[in-house]
Amino acid sequence: MIEQGYNFAYLDEATKRMIRRAILKAVAIPGHQIPFGAREMPLPYGWGTGGIQVTASILGPADVLKVIDQGADDTTNAISIRRFFTRVAGVATTESTAEATIVQTRHRIPERALREDQVIVYQVPQPEPLFKLEPRRAETERLHALADYGLMHVRLYEDIARLGHIAKAYDYPVMVNGRYLMSPSPIPAFDNPKMHRMAALQLFGAGREKRIYAIPPYTDVRSLDFEDHPFRPIRAPHACALCGSTESYLDEVVTDDAGGRMFVCSDTDYCGERQASAAQEAAE
Amino acid sequence: MYVAVKGGGRAISAAHAWLDETRRGDPALPELSVAQIEQQMGLAVDRVMAEGSCHDRFLAALAIKQAKGDLIEAAFLLRAYRTTLVRFGASEPVETSAMRLRRRISATYKDLPGGQVLGPTFDYTHRLLDFALAAEGETRAAAPEAPAPVGAVPRVTEMLAREGLMQREATDDAEPGDLTRQPLAFPAARPVRLQNLARGDEGFLLALGYSTQRGYGNAHPFVGEIRVGHVSVEFTPPELGFPIDIGDIAVTECQMVNQFKGSRTEPAQFTRGYGLVFGHGERRAMAMALVDRSLRAEELGEDATAPAQDPEFVLYHSDNIEATGFVEHLKLPHYVDFQSELENLRTIRRSAVAAEGARAGIAEAAE
Amino acid sequence: MSALSPGFADPVLDAQACFRAVLEAMSRPGRVVTAGAALRPPAPLMPAAAAVLLTLADADTPLWSDAGADAEAWLRFHCGAPFAAAPGDAAFVLVTGAPPTLETLQAGTEEKPQHGATLVLQVAGLEPGRGWRLTGPGIEHEHRLAVAGAPDGFIGAWAANHARFPRGVDVVLCAADRLAALPRSVAIAEG
Repeated sequence: MIEQGYNFAYLDEATKRMIRRAILKAVAIPGHQIPFGAREMPLPYGWGTGGIQVTASILGPADVLKVIDQGADDTTNAISIRRFFTRVAGVATTESTAEATIVQTRHRIPERALREDQVIVYQVPQPEPLFKLEPRRAETERLHALADYGLMHVRLYEDIARLGHIAKAYDYPVMVNGRYLMSPSPIPAFDNPKMHRMAALQLFGAGREKRIYAIPPYTDVRSLDFEDHPFRPIRAPHACALCGSTESYLDEVVTDDAGGRMFVCSDTDYCGERQASAAQEAAE
Repeated sequence: MYVAVKGGGRAISAAHAWLDETRRGDPALPELSVAQIEQQMGLAVDRVMAEGSCHDRFLAALAIKQAKGDLIEAAFLLRAYRTTLVRFGASEPVETSAMRLRRRISATYKDLPGGQVLGPTFDYTHRLLDFALAAEGETRAAAPEAPAPVGAVPRVTEMLAREGLMQREATDDAEPGDLTRQPLAFPAARPVRLQNLARGDEGFLLALGYSTQRGYGNAHPFVGEIRVGHVSVEFTPPELGFPIDIGDIAVTECQMVNQFKGSRTEPAQFTRGYGLVFGHGERRAMAMALVDRSLRAEELGEDATAPAQDPEFVLYHSDNIEATGFVEHLKLPHYVDFQSELENLRTIRRSAVAAEGARAGIAEAAE
Repeated sequence: MSALSPGFADPVLDAQACFRAVLEAMSRPGRVVTAGAALRPPAPLMPAAAAVLLTLADADTPLWSDAGADAEAWLRFHCGAPFAAAPGDAAFVLVTGAPPTLETLQAGTEEKPQHGATLVLQVAGLEPGRGWRLTGPGIEHEHRLAVAGAPDGFIGAWAANHARFPRGVDVVLCAADRLAALPRSVAIAEG
């Protein structure tokens, strides 16, 4: 049942047009943050309002929406956002990555490679990759204009000098199309390589910070590194306790108070599919 | 066998049902009506209208009821509602010199045209808990009434300006920027700064304003005037081409008079810090005026070294809807990021231990 | 005065569908999509160009057009966009004849390249699979696009536009109810 009294997908048409214009410019200038007039949403800032506004602006009745948080469909905020779109757009939802046309995500990229006919929308808390090094947005805007990313290289190099390797484990900065330094949102660095030349369009929405950016399909996305210290994605060195995967990103689950722990896939759809096909093979 | 946690949807529904139950409290007690909140929690309503950026006493009172008295939550409800409303356009500027006054005081002149009007104020009350209020069914005698000031009451700052002692504000007929439609950008023009402060968190404004009095920004403020009352709002529909009165709003205006040493191009004179907020919000209007003035440091060629003089710092952190959302988002799951930090830390420690071991080995071999 | 032909039959969902078509075109430069097939805008305005402007232009986006009074009246009524005096003042530039040179349109600044204009350029025909060779973001290897009736010297002008990236103009090519997009990030070589 679609909520009465609100426009399709909640946003009014003028707001959607404004966001759509921003999205198109974002696609034309890969990795560049476009300021936009983010609206107050009925969910709090920091809880996915940017992703929600992007999704609301692209979503149509033919779409099938998947929402994940930490890789899982059943986390509370993912459920809340999925319910929101069911309520205001009556759109079909799914937990299957393969069935979705739009995947809205917080902190993960699904393990299954996305296709050309899919769009992934990232929720972004802090779009400015330089914010810890230079908090002033007027200044970071200038640095992006000059493609002056020395600050970030120095920061990463200091890690290497002090610790022997780069200590950034998530929200690991990337260069998009060889031009813009970009925050991939707080996905684990493990997911960064999936962004490189992805077949699907990648859109990023930051509601509180009021920025939209994008990576077109098949665009170069390089994690910053140094020749003698190449980028290495990190995952826990274990197999998933449920599906046995040694490829996927793992959550660590504490099972008792005596150091007991196990590792399971963070992507619940991927893990479920693997378990189902293993069960089927066993039955055959 | 481990099974991943499921049932988040049921948990959310149950939590919200429980929330509804606690909102109502003990059902043996009578339920608060929205009208009661609107009438008897008037200053809370005013604060919610200001921070919710929407002048509607009924909706603000409803939001307070729904939010169980959490005023930031109530302001958030009002903002989220406001954003769905159709924007017809911008009103004409309100004329605060024609305000129908309930209160008007000046700290710079003992007496002045229009007089000092105390109005309904906590000032000079003794903050003693009034246990008579605990007994319900109170009937208070009506307050004595004096005739209201007649006609326009001149502004203190205008009197100074006529003498050439108060800097005149630049006037601009262009429609000011609107933060509800365009994101903040820097340098931010004063109308945008004022809009930001008028919606800003009262506690944040208060603390920043206070800091300017304690040496962080070197302010020398006097309350030129505070006025509280009602002003008419006029709107010019494009199809009519002339303004029509669309109603009254309650506002509080504060004009702070500040010293200014003068510069090469301007003589020494007073400058203004300005505060204008919805409803009766004196503390908010005063704090806003202090912060407005301190944000003018660069424009007036003063040293800008204090937090309250830093436009990016002030304007990006004043909004309590943004702030509360982002602070509270930390309770959302972050276990993917945490896991990557864990693995990272373990790797660093392993390599440190290995290096330590290698060093120890070398030392031993050398002995 | 003749009655204006209608805009989108369903302003919400038709605009959404057209936006997705434009988004697809902009994300995969040179890919040809359809839009506005049901529209009957006044000549010389074509359905695809009309749909793009209905979807994206409004009171916040100054529009410049060479399409004449009928098209202008139609756009003014359905989009509510203000008309700019010169192409260089417009966010959207609709061209049905010889286009103004790309350098005269807004290209944004190094800090705000998003202020570059969008040129909606009507051409005689769009055919994928042959013609120009397109490379850049959004393209796996190479896209081919044959543009019938492209303005003279367009490839050269485009090279200059592409060279000033991230500043620049983005182009939506429209022919009847088909469109393809050229974001400033794409490089074009003659086929």
